[in-house]
Amino acid sequence: MARPALRRTLLVSGLVQGVGFRPYVYRLATEHLLGGWVRNDTRGVTICIEGPMDAANLFCRELLERLPGLARIDACTTLEESPIQDWSPRFEIRHSEAVQGRGALIMPDAHVCVSCRQELFDLRDRRHGYPLINCTNCGPRYSIIRNIPYDRPQTTMASFTMCPACQKEYDSPEDRRFHAQPNACWECGPQVTLLHPDGTVADSVNPVKTAAAMLLGGRILAVKALGGYQIMADPANADTVASLRRRKDRSAKPFALLALDAETVARYALYDEREARLLESPGRPIVLLQARSDSPLATDVAPSSRTLGFMLPATPLQYLLLHASRDVLIATSGNAPDEPMARTEAEALRDLSGMVDGLLVHNREIHVRVDDSIARVVHGTVAPKTVFIRRARGYAPDPIPAPFPVPPLLALGAELKNTVCIGQGNALYLSQHIGDLKTPGNQEFFDHTIAHLRGILDVTPRYVAHDLHPDFHSTRYAASCRDATIVGVQHHHAHMAACMADNGLDRPVIGVVFDGTGYGTDGTIWGGEFLIGDYSGFERKGHLARFRLPGGDKAIKEPSRIAISLLTQHLGADTIALPLDLVRNRDAFELDVLMKMTTRGINAPETSSMGRFFDAVSALLGVCDDVQYEGQAAIELEQLLAWDLSPTRPWPLRLQREHEHGRLVIDHEPWLRALLDDVIGGSLSAAQISRRFHESVVLAITEICLELSRSTGIQDIVFSGGVFLNQHLLVRAEHELTGAGLRVHTHSRVPTNDGGIAVGQAMVAAALERRRPGLDLAS
Amino acid sequence: MDKIVLDHGAGGGMSHELISGTIAEILGDTYIGEMEDSALVDVPVTRLAITTDSFVVDPIFFGNGDIGKIAVAGTVNDLAVSGARPLYLTLAIVLEEGFPLESLRRILASIRDTARQAEIKLVAGDTKVVRRGEADGIFLNTTGVGVLERPLRLSSRGLRAGDQVIVTGYLGDHSIHLLSLREGLGFEQRILSDCAVLSHVIAGVLDACGDGVRCIRDITRGGLGTVLNEFARASSCSIHMEEAALPIRRETAMAADMLGVDVMYLANEGNLCIVVSPDVTAAALAALHAHPQTARAAVVAQVSAADAGRVHMTGKDNRRRVVDMLYGAQLPRLC
Repeated sequence: MARPALRRTLLVSGLVQGVGFRPYVYRLATEHLLGGWVRNDTRGVTICIEGPMDAANLFCRELLERLPGLARIDACTTLEESPIQDWSPRFEIRHSEAVQGRGALIMPDAHVCVSCRQELFDLRDRRHGYPLINCTNCGPRYSIIRNIPYDRPQTTMASFTMCPACQKEYDSPEDRRFHAQPNACWECGPQVTLLHPDGTVADSVNPVKTAAAMLLGGRILAVKALGGYQIMADPANADTVASLRRRKDRSAKPFALLALDAETVARYALYDEREARLLESPGRPIVLLQARSDSPLATDVAPSSRTLGFMLPATPLQYLLLHASRDVLIATSGNAPDEPMARTEAEALRDLSGMVDGLLVHNREIHVRVDDSIARVVHGTVAPKTVFIRRARGYAPDPIPAPFPVPPLLALGAELKNTVCIGQGNALYLSQHIGDLKTPGNQEFFDHTIAHLRGILDVTPRYVAHDLHPDFHSTRYAASCRDATIVGVQHHHAHMAACMADNGLDRPVIGVVFDGTGYGTDGTIWGGEFLIGDYSGFERKGHLARFRLPGGDKAIKEPSRIAISLLTQHLGADTIALPLDLVRNRDAFELDVLMKMTTRGINAPETSSMGRFFDAVSALLGVCDDVQYEGQAAIELEQLLAWDLSPTRPWPLRLQREHEHGRLVIDHEPWLRALLDDVIGGSLSAAQISRRFHESVVLAITEICLELSRSTGIQDIVFSGGVFLNQHLLVRAEHELTGAGLRVHTHSRVPTNDGGIAVGQAMVAAALERRRPGLDLAS
Repeated sequence: MDKIVLDHGAGGGMSHELISGTIAEILGDTYIGEMEDSALVDVPVTRLAITTDSFVVDPIFFGNGDIGKIAVAGTVNDLAVSGARPLYLTLAIVLEEGFPLESLRRILASIRDTARQAEIKLVAGDTKVVRRGEADGIFLNTTGVGVLERPLRLSSRGLRAGDQVIVTGYLGDHSIHLLSLREGLGFEQRILSDCAVLSHVIAGVLDACGDGVRCIRDITRGGLGTVLNEFARASSCSIHMEEAALPIRRETAMAADMLGVDVMYLANEGNLCIVVSPDVTAAALAALHAHPQTARAAVVAQVSAADAGRVHMTGKDNRRRVVDMLYGAQLPRLC
């Protein structure tokens, strides 16, 4: 035995289960003539190799370099190493030991890998045209898992017995389908059927071909995708698109598009290298891209929007449909208005039959509903980054790393764009997007998601964190939780903590948290907040001056109410005489009522919300006064900017030092008066005024952050809240503060909107259990 | 003397003058008390219904009523919805120094007239005067006593799947009328309060439906949304509402829309929520439609067994939503 030999035991953690990792290790070890074994366990994968030291070292290097497509190694540690005399080059895959605890990661659903795509369109392959083809490198995961460990009997594939050919693949370590739990083929797997809207079978022989012909003929179809049903239609057919808008009762919100590949997308939208990579990534999110002005799609696909949301196929069935019909289709979530995406065939028939001309279904059940994710690339001043607007299919429940170990906990999120989060150890398992909790369907989805995640992660929460708003479904849910400490977390503190966790920060920060509405600790509605603090607490150090929302929620749907409220606050009775459309077009009686509601505080709650102020400016500029979907007024205000990139002067900034707590308050009176001068007398376009407004907000952020940094010594700034989906604001404010020597941290994996709240709540609850002496925020 | 002074409550001659000369005088034959420490009355049965309520109304006088009418009608209705026949009422008055005597007279006359209409007798009373600023004009407290002559057990715990929920009148009018009057919004002429005595209406429904009636509730503070949530919780059933079926006056809907308030949570003063077994729905509606105050009565919701404890509503736009009990005032929940 000339060369020194050793035995080395490695522990690998990350996304290493259900991704073909053990066969990969087997092949690599065999290649290097190493002996030993590999095994899944609760912490990840344990590898033991035996053989010459140089071969072992090479193995360890290559292990990190040649990973299978879906795998990700977060840590690789050597547990043990010892010299040995004897070894044999026999390497084996050992069975998983019965596991206690559920530390191992659960994979998100993934796209169709290149190998499967090739087989799908290979006439000689036995799976040619099989709409549910998959392997260890791709296919469904989270959406079909009933329980873990991730084995076929614990998935919705349990009822399908593999044919000998599939079983052989499943049993061979050399095969790409070794232990591919959803493995299936024409012989033994689930099948696709085309149904009439009444549920009777329309075509079970050539369902895909018939469905494609229907789409080409201008028909609208419900199609079962990975995590639920989508509604598909031809986006170039104006009549079809108009009909879809009518049937879906959705007049303004853009429809998402499904395109065969990135080259197809290029005909309709502009993208760069990074956006192309995002489109093609295994998560296959909807990517928001700038529309080409010569895009040949019906304008109704995304009315009054200059962005288009594109995704590439995530399922083989989508590839087959795109090949057989058009290479681009509308693919919008298949749900009744405000209800969750249809998951089962019964739900699809109940909720979607009235909207579609047929349903393309299959009998592989979806156990967990996972809607499409929405992401985009922000081209910032520091570095371009991917941000999530909705994090669901392809990403959930991949955990966000916790900045410090957390006790078992459950965070319940906010009321709109709800997500929940389960924390344990170093992981924050953020659920998929659940939605608006005002409907019974979404409340059920919320309850089901919590129960499912608790089950598969085997977590009994010691803490349950919720928003302070007394009328939120989640607040009531929290009150019903027994045997856990209930923690109410202020909405904007949760936002700040979410951004801190997203950036791995664990030290005091200045939080700039701008959003629509959040319940404050003083019972008023906050939303234009400057906080300082960390996970364990915060102080409110500044905010936008208060104004009233006449009619509460009604003002949020009708932003001109907020505009009238601001005008009344600063101009009083003179408001009636203003030459503004939103004043002149109001019935005089109604205008009088709105002004009285404002001055007397009748059903007109007070707020410091920046999101609502954006809405008011949007209404004053005549951009948007009928909000059909959340954030519409502010989004359309931002989109004006693209027309005009010339530099501009901000409106005058007046900061007031409030007496009681010494908070800095942004007075909106100078803004409003300057805006009126611009709108009524001036020669500026709406786009130029929008730009001035954005610059004014940037100036306010900069001045207040610099002042807070001077007085506290804190150098880290976090931006959070839905308003920071506004790229212009985010990039400009980041640029100014970075230029002044401060460190700005923004969201990426955790959504900046309310979809990220649960992560922040989780960290605030976790901090309760951690005693950190020496931190004194007051000093 | 045209205003209340502190001496009116001092227990001396002025007190006596106020009570005998003004209060008892105006109440006339509806007052059968003896001015003793207790009223002694005859009760013809073994089961009594007793209720008490305090009234602080702003403004004290409104378009088609006043605090006195609300106090008597409210107490009578509370007795009647338990299945009782209202018999006796006590009346306690707290007056703020400076309160106009003329206003007191008007309120007493209103109490007398409403009590006559409800065929109820006032048996005991009390009058106190507090210093300026310690009360808002006038506060009333009433306790009502009624007798249960029917072998009925009306209870929200008795709801069963399949039962139907009837609302007897237009929703929200009282709230909108008072708010508008208080703030000078301009709706007060077009939308009046629904304040009314409903004991005879309830007796009619019970005569027609017997034990087919599960329970009756006066829809006051918190509105229909709160009442139905209380029903759902007490019975462990769920209740499904149809927005299109809710009786809402067009003017009220417009005003509520303008104010951004949900009619579902607005208070009423002469509106009942009646849950009946489906086989007596028609009889109940027929009995209700015979009275002008309840001519608009309609079935607005169904009781079912699934999803216990919750109230759902299908909107006019066909969208479903959960109708929760509100914690406090209506607050924006959108973000």
